[in-house]
Amino acid sequence: MDITIKLFAYFRDGRFKEVASRFFDEGATPQEVITSLGIKMDDVGVIMVNHRHADPAYCLQQDDVLAVFPKIGGG
Amino acid sequence: MADKIYRVNMTDLSTSIEDVPADWMGHGGRGLTSTIVAAEVEPTCHPLGKNNKLVIAPGLLSGTTAANSGRISFGAKSPLTGTIKEANSGGTAAQMLAKLGCKAIIIEGMPEGDGWYNLHFTADGITINEETELIGKGNFAVVDAVAARLGDKHGIISIGQAGEMKMLAANLSIKDPDSHLRSGGRGGLGAVMGTKHIKFIAIDPTEAKVEIADKDAFLAANRVFTKALVDNPISQALGQYGTNVLVNIVNEAGGLPTRNFTSGQFDGHEEISGETMYDIIVEREGKPKHNCHKGCVIQCSQIYNDINKGYKTSGFEYESIWAMGADCCVDNLDQIAEADQLMDDIGIDTIETSVAMGVAMEGGVLEFGDGAEVCRILKDEVAAGSPLGRIIGCGAGSVGRAFGVTRVPVVKNQAIPAYDPRAIKGIGITYATSTQGADHTMGYTIATNLLGVGGSLDPLSKEGQVELSRNLQIATAAIDSTGMCLFIAFAALDDATCLPALVDMLNARFGIGLTADDVTNLGMSILKTEHEFNLAAGFTNKDDRLPEFFDEEPIAPHNVVWDISGEEIDTFWNF
Ligand code: SF4
Repeated sequence: MDITIKLFAYFRDGRFKEVASRFFDEGATPQEVITSLGIKMDDVGVIMVNHRHADPAYCLQQDDVLAVFPKIGGG
Repeated sequence: MADKIYRVNMTDLSTSIEDVPADWMGHGGRGLTSTIVAAEVEPTCHPLGKNNKLVIAPGLLSGTTAANSGRISFGAKSPLTGTIKEANSGGTAAQMLAKLGCKAIIIEGMPEGDGWYNLHFTADGITINEETELIGKGNFAVVDAVAARLGDKHGIISIGQAGEMKMLAANLSIKDPDSHLRSGGRGGLGAVMGTKHIKFIAIDPTEAKVEIADKDAFLAANRVFTKALVDNPISQALGQYGTNVLVNIVNEAGGLPTRNFTSGQFDGHEEISGETMYDIIVEREGKPKHNCHKGCVIQCSQIYNDINKGYKTSGFEYESIWAMGADCCVDNLDQIAEADQLMDDIGIDTIETSVAMGVAMEGGVLEFGDGAEVCRILKDEVAAGSPLGRIIGCGAGSVGRAFGVTRVPVVKNQAIPAYDPRAIKGIGITYATSTQGADHTMGYTIATNLLGVGGSLDPLSKEGQVELSRNLQIATAAIDSTGMCLFIAFAALDDATCLPALVDMLNARFGIGLTADDVTNLGMSILKTEHEFNLAAGFTNKDDRLPEFFDEEPIAPHNVVWDISGEEIDTFWNF
């Protein structure tokens, strides 16, 4: 299935900002996608799928948009 | 030497130094300004009249070596909201006042004539001096003139043209260590200083130190506290990207108010994001990291240079960038930086003024996205005090009334900042119930609703939002009393060593024995003091509501409305 991946802040360094359509096997999870990019789960702050917060073990679907943020804050 | 209260009477131009009443002893920062305003200001008074008072107080730990403790609080009845108000800021003033033994400055009364004054705070007390040269000038001219008159090491609290003209969005500007400005932004407290005809307050630098009851215990606690801040990954990201790192995450969550609150996402989000800003700063040889006062170990501020690598602005915050950017549809960081710098000079709140511009765009005064016209209006209309400038300078509510716009994002007449309450419901509770009008910093539920700090709570669900906002508002009132920058909260919420170390520092500073519960109780009692002031000023629970368009207009991409009822909101005060 095809997943769009967006990375933010320093996760972009040496990787990419946004990749439309990268192929993963059915049933892939955010955690699998993230680790496949060489990002440590411990560094991940927020995962969103289609603009909603999602669990690392969420079952991704065709055409999902996965956004991965490190631990960030502000205000 | 025990700390003192410094009172300035602008009616008869006299000053006095008083002992601190026993009731005020345990207070500092916001707790102290709100306690004094509640004790001495008639809640029904006209905020621009002679009966309002401007109270200035460093935090309980300001002036010590405690990391991030240099915040200063300003309190009064707000001319913008009619409620009690506390605005706090960095800069060098808090640390200097604390070292000079100042518990608080209370400025009262109003001079009869047209003359203007400056105040000079020295080790011997405060002098009131006539001021002519700087009247009508912006804040940067004040900073330059004080440096020429007294040297560049002085602390400065000043107002620009907006404060002189008593515009309701006028702020107080505080000099930082590099002679740039920080702002006590919200609620129009610059206008209150304007009514007193005080252009600026200069504070003498000093070698004095604040007294610490138990130095060893203080040092040990500060070591633990500082480590908690420095090790925190969010602190590290704040140092790199500043608060503007939030543009992309709030946009992704569909909560970035856009085009005067008609969408939750902005097409130009990348152009104005923290990531883009970082790249521009590095490319133009600015500084991504910068602190607003000595001793800050997080350093969320930055130096943003223009295209020719010359200084443009600093303290370039997410909320300012959102307001001028997404809310006004300006996708050009340089234009936003220009507007930010102009607003700092004029001395006007970036959030209120930019949201007012968004309402003016909807009212047809200028086009959405026209950043150049925004800058022109700031220079030619607001700074000059033209009728249009005064309407905009009195905030979003003022523009809505003048131009017949009903989509006016305010609570208690104060502009709603950078997080849409329809898509991030916890923050809607904070906007509705805050004692000071819409203000995200009063109870920053974004931490838990969006950022996964202090647990996580679905931003789109109604469940648990009142409780979340209440807990955070109580904690914030206490933190705002210590002189700590609110960004210590990210470490405090997730690192078990952080808050106990903060309590230990308070105890070591004053030789007392506070517990964590005492600190929570302090937060509660501050909120109640503020709430009672507002009730006595004529506010009711019906004022704790969001504008009706939030109930009626769904916001993309989630197509959600504000759906927390008045009864549910009112349970906030059940404590
Ligand atoms: S983190 Fe930012 S706002 Fe807080 S004290 Fe440091 S520079 Fe100032």
